[in-house]
Amino acid sequence: MSRLVRMDSTGHTTLAEWTADDTEAVEAAAAAFRAELDRGYFAIVSTGEGHAEQVRELPVDAPLVIMRLPISGG
Amino acid sequence: MSTPAPTTAGSAGGLPELDAVRWRRRVDERELRRRGIGWTVSTLGHVVPFTVTGIVLFLVEPLALPVSLAAFAQGWILPELYAQRGANVVRPKKRAAEGPERVALGLLGDLLGHDARDLHARTGLVMERGALGVWLLGEGGALLVRGPRGRRVHCYCVRVNHPELPSSDRIAHLLLALREDEAGFATVANHSFSGARWRVRRRVPKPMRPALDAAGVSLVDRPLELPA
Repeated sequence: MSRLVRMDSTGHTTLAEWTADDTEAVEAAAAAFRAELDRGYFAIVSTGEGHAEQVRELPVDAPLVIMRLPISGG
Repeated sequence: MSTPAPTTAGSAGGLPELDAVRWRRRVDERELRRRGIGWTVSTLGHVVPFTVTGIVLFLVEPLALPVSLAAFAQGWILPELYAQRGANVVRPKKRAAEGPERVALGLLGDLLGHDARDLHARTGLVMERGALGVWLLGEGGALLVRGPRGRRVHCYCVRVNHPELPSSDRIAHLLLALREDEAGFATVANHSFSGARWRVRRRVPKPMRPALDAAGVSLVDRPLELPA
């Protein structure tokens, strides 16, 4: 089961869960994904130990997609 | 042989946040060495003139001892203030409510290995090894430990600008950005200090000091593979 989570003031919120063969769930996840991008979040998936990658389309096969906010110098 | 044109932050891709700091030179080994040397020269620029002034004053007029002592103090205090500014980047911030903090900690834990999770539980800092050095991530900043035996620390002020986020979420934001583009992360962050590890170590909160030690040990056990 893949998950789309957003880091927020509650700790994190699970926005969608899907399996690659469940078209309806994938479409719902993709819609939630796009909505978060529109809100200014960036989507990140892990690509191995110590590495991550920003994605602009929902990676259906990724086990976990994390939405993060922009960082800046303090 | 021609020197390659400096790579500016926005031109090299990587973190989307780089667009906001297009004028900055993208951080690399050379840039870090340059900054390290700059901070060493700056420290000497404070220590040497005040120390020499104090000695000369005393030799010329022993009765001017109080003024000499004031000069020595000035030469000591200024570098200490800079080191304090560097250490402050990892000072803990106000925590969210217990529930969100616990939930956020669970997500951060999922992103870390066992050792890093354990170190975070003990020190509040997340250790992440990169190509530029060993990073220690706090809620509002990061320390980059590097150099032979991890003797030098670069201090960066960098954060996600949403103070309502739980502390572990703030660290997770930095961790994901760092894993995405280490050099970009160091470019987006504001460099606030560079100096000897012992100078920063004694200025960070006591519970965080083992994290700096662990970063040093990590570099002794497995030195960085520097580009040829």
